[in-house]
Amino acid sequence: MNRQSLSLAAFIVAVALPLPADDAKAESLYVPLLTYRTGAFAGSGIPVANGMHDYLTMLNERDGGIGGVKIEIEECETGYTAEKGVECYEKTKAKKPLVYNPYSTAITLQLIPKAPVDKVPLLSMAYGLSASAVGKNFAWVFNPPTTYWDGTSAIIKHIAEQEGGLDKLQGKKIGFIHLDAGYGKEPIPLLEQFKSKYGFELFLYPVPPKEMQNQSSIWLNVQRDNPDYMIMWGWGAMNPTAIKEAANIGFPMNKFYGVWWSAGEDDARPAGEGAIGYRTLNLNGTGADYPAIKDIQRLVVDTGKSQVTSKGRVGENLYNRGVMNSVLVAEAIRTAQKLTGKTAIDATDMRRGLEHLEITAERLKEIGLEDFMAPMKVTCEDHNGHHAVYVQEWDGKQWKPISNWFEPMKDVVRPMLEQAAAEYVAKSKPPERTESCD
Amino acid sequence: MLYREAGQFKTSYAADQAIFPLIEDRIGMLATLLVAGAVIPAIGGDFLLNGVMIPFLIFALAAVGLNILVGYAGQLSLGTGAFMGVGAYACYKLTTQFPDVNIVLVIVCAGFFSAAAGVAFGLPSLRIKGFYLVVATLAAQFFFEWAFIRIGWLYNYNASGAIEVPGREMLGIAITGPAATSTTRYYLVLAIVIVMTWLASNLIRGRYGRAWMMVRDMDIAAELMGVRMLRTKLLAFAVSSFYCGVAGAMMVFLWYGSAEPSAFSIRVSFQVLFMVIIGGMGSLLGSFFGAAFIWALPILLRLMPELLGLRIGSQTVDQISQMVSGALIILFLIVEPHGLARLWSLAKQKLRVWPFPY
Amino acid sequence: MDTLADIFVNPFAQMAANPVFLVKVIWEGLVAGMLYALIALGFVLIYKASGVFNFAQGIMVVFAALTLVGLHERGLPAYVALVGTLAVMLLLAIAVERVILRPLVNQPDITLLMATIGLTSLLIGLGEIVFGGEPKTMITRELGLPSGSIRLMIGERPLVLQRLDIVAGGTALLLVTTLAVFFQRTRIGRALRAVADDHQAALSVGISLNQIWIIVWFTAGLVALVTGIMWSAKSDVSFALEIIALRALPVLILGGLTSIPGAIVGGLIIGVGEKLGEIYWGRLVGGAIDSWLAYFIALLFLLLRPQGLFGEKIIERV
Repeated sequence: MNRQSLSLAAFIVAVALPLPADDAKAESLYVPLLTYRTGAFAGSGIPVANGMHDYLTMLNERDGGIGGVKIEIEECETGYTAEKGVECYEKTKAKKPLVYNPYSTAITLQLIPKAPVDKVPLLSMAYGLSASAVGKNFAWVFNPPTTYWDGTSAIIKHIAEQEGGLDKLQGKKIGFIHLDAGYGKEPIPLLEQFKSKYGFELFLYPVPPKEMQNQSSIWLNVQRDNPDYMIMWGWGAMNPTAIKEAANIGFPMNKFYGVWWSAGEDDARPAGEGAIGYRTLNLNGTGADYPAIKDIQRLVVDTGKSQVTSKGRVGENLYNRGVMNSVLVAEAIRTAQKLTGKTAIDATDMRRGLEHLEITAERLKEIGLEDFMAPMKVTCEDHNGHHAVYVQEWDGKQWKPISNWFEPMKDVVRPMLEQAAAEYVAKSKPPERTESCD
Repeated sequence: MLYREAGQFKTSYAADQAIFPLIEDRIGMLATLLVAGAVIPAIGGDFLLNGVMIPFLIFALAAVGLNILVGYAGQLSLGTGAFMGVGAYACYKLTTQFPDVNIVLVIVCAGFFSAAAGVAFGLPSLRIKGFYLVVATLAAQFFFEWAFIRIGWLYNYNASGAIEVPGREMLGIAITGPAATSTTRYYLVLAIVIVMTWLASNLIRGRYGRAWMMVRDMDIAAELMGVRMLRTKLLAFAVSSFYCGVAGAMMVFLWYGSAEPSAFSIRVSFQVLFMVIIGGMGSLLGSFFGAAFIWALPILLRLMPELLGLRIGSQTVDQISQMVSGALIILFLIVEPHGLARLWSLAKQKLRVWPFPY
Repeated sequence: MDTLADIFVNPFAQMAANPVFLVKVIWEGLVAGMLYALIALGFVLIYKASGVFNFAQGIMVVFAALTLVGLHERGLPAYVALVGTLAVMLLLAIAVERVILRPLVNQPDITLLMATIGLTSLLIGLGEIVFGGEPKTMITRELGLPSGSIRLMIGERPLVLQRLDIVAGGTALLLVTTLAVFFQRTRIGRALRAVADDHQAALSVGISLNQIWIIVWFTAGLVALVTGIMWSAKSDVSFALEIIALRALPVLILGGLTSIPGAIVGGLIIGVGEKLGEIYWGRLVGGAIDSWLAYFIALLFLLLRPQGLFGEKIIERV
């Protein structure tokens, strides 16, 4: 009898349990963090999660929250799967969250249709659906500071600089190795367009997520095709394997460009000396030499409130990326508070805050992150801004910037984004935007 | 005492051969349907419906499909994820090509495409048996996983490679797409699952079900007795894939709302296979139990620390829930290798003679 | 016409045009094949001796590699860490035998398969809690494994071979030969084969099932450790490696589930076939076909020989 009741009880309880829909504590800003610290992509997910969590905790410790109201942070483990992402979303939705940062293009795509219905804004910082930059069609989705298409154009620009001009790209061979998923395939239309415009040969190397650690066939293909440059759009375990394989076949590392998500220290380190010269785009500064990061070390890491495994992890590239995400969230909350005049804002106010987000260079200095990121501005029509990026290089121990901040090819990218947004709208027919651009 | 059949006399063959011969069984079934149809939507919030019940029903349907193949026909298969994916993508293509057709009809039609795929990859079963057949179905699984990403036509050449579910209505109410409420979708899923389970139950008790069980028990003897292997085995694959296809289409259209190809990975195949084995092979009720166990239990485990007021890191919760699920699977297998359905029938046996021990 | 030429003519023309590259492709195929064979070996061992298809072999590979790196991180020198890991694998073998195998003696195969799947879940959760989810680097240098490559000049073109690959191939070959001899020539090997045939008969002859199972699972753990070292030397130590175990299935099918030499031969055939197919024919259909090509190759063989190349013929009694 007890075995039976075990199973049945589990079933009945699991089924009949209405989830406690307790609101966030009165007077707090509830920010759920959809993170992944387990699974095949944990290598990239853990530093980002730490950065996001620690900056917001630092604000609580140092300033008592934002505008005097504490931020309530809750992490929910998604394992980079859409299934758990949806579960986390449903679970946390009841507690009146202000914004969602899914950190996975797959989960973002799931949540984009739900955002206007459930009225919670989505912040997919430099990932997700590039077309959501068009604010007119995506009132509740924001993806500053720059899109994948901007990033692609920036890489092409930098390559052209190395060659001596965009016209010198004629006849060159560029290989594009990418995760065979929505994230990796996004830049392909732009690359195809550039191919016809500038006359280079394009080779595509898709890496299925199951084969991330087994890329020998792909690099055999690379050896056969012998491209002059390689561009990588990888994440998780794909990055270190690719860099190792590239080093093994003797590919010149200074011709190997990665996107800002293929720029973790854990990606370059395993290849040892072979990775020296590997270049990536970056959106934020690296290192712990910023007053705000020092505050994080003092108030969060040293007091044991952080989950970093060692102090050296603070200041790593992906950690700082998480910090940048939290900076956007915090500044948007502040903007929302200013716009509405209340301190305990809700998700609709947060959306307005995100839509009017502007971080100037002076403001960056104020919050202790001078020169950490490019000053940015989000507008009603442009939820992205196509801001500047820079190129950095791995010197064996850390990332060193090898270029100044430079603008991507906005004039080429924007019309393509608008077209993609129009196509998306035509296919899935989301509800019309009702929010005004105040 | 409560579950007595004494006093219930059958006066016709039909009554004798009924699926629920005892009136207590019928009351139980009605009560379950009532709870599922009326109580749960009334008390359940979005999380219960969207996060627990709808996926439970969808996976239960897939488990019913796989149970037909593995439990009744004895053909081991790990291609469930792929067949669900075929159903989902077929549904997507059909509804984008024919936007005016009722989505429920489209979902059911998508099952036929899935059945065709199942038959194609089930052909090796005529020569290969047992564990080796798993490999053939794995070939299907990996092939379709590759196809969903590579063949752009399947997702209408979307830049993101994912399929977005267009909004569809029936009788004026939105049933797919973001505007559909979880209650509407829940009712639709419940209706489809009830009808299809009823069909499966009749199929299993009929001539084909018996042929499948003959094939499972000893296929050479079955062939000698006149059961046609080709037809029977391929029919098993076809019906099973049909169910999985419908489940897959429902998964994308009535639960997720959009899908990337990784939604139909081998993980799903394993999940559904676990549900069948834990629930009890060869038992429809077992499919439901298995789906509840494999799907709802981890969610419950993940909710427990919060309910108990413990502050544990989110990934630790996940890891512990994984460990506990694994340990519970092993425990159940040791305690009752024939699955939860056997536990259930044992319980009913005990109830019949309660309060006497035998 | 064009497509026919693409399928039947062009690839061979390409092969002839660049023979050094062809040698490189075949070499990579052989290396990959040896690595697959290593994984398959773990499966074969356990299946041969206990009739269980150990689904948890993949996670055992990850677990062994993680333990090794974890022990080294905590300060033990590399070889001591190696011994420590072997001790851990022995403990794991004992635990598995006690908790899973003993209660499930003589249950149908599918139940045991499920139990190993449950074990997989358990080990994944446990591994993540103990070692953390962050990826780690394998301590190749400390273990004495070489790095760098050899350049052979064939004609004008260079052929670059990784030293690590050569060592990996050699180790796998050595391991397989040792195990094959062990199974054929020693008393324990005979006992293992007896247990694989029929548990109850073996018991009645006086063979201690429990001891045999511990030995077998420990050996599989040893193989898992070697596999883990080799595989993670090429990429890194993380849970993404667990999925690689699925790559070994076509090898098992091809070689037969109960044959150790079959694992090697099957591995080599699958490895070379996969690479050749992907490089020369893959582009026609969009690339990345090696995920399912191996299964189709295995399927083809199965249709001709349903028990695999070296497997035991399945005799059914009606």
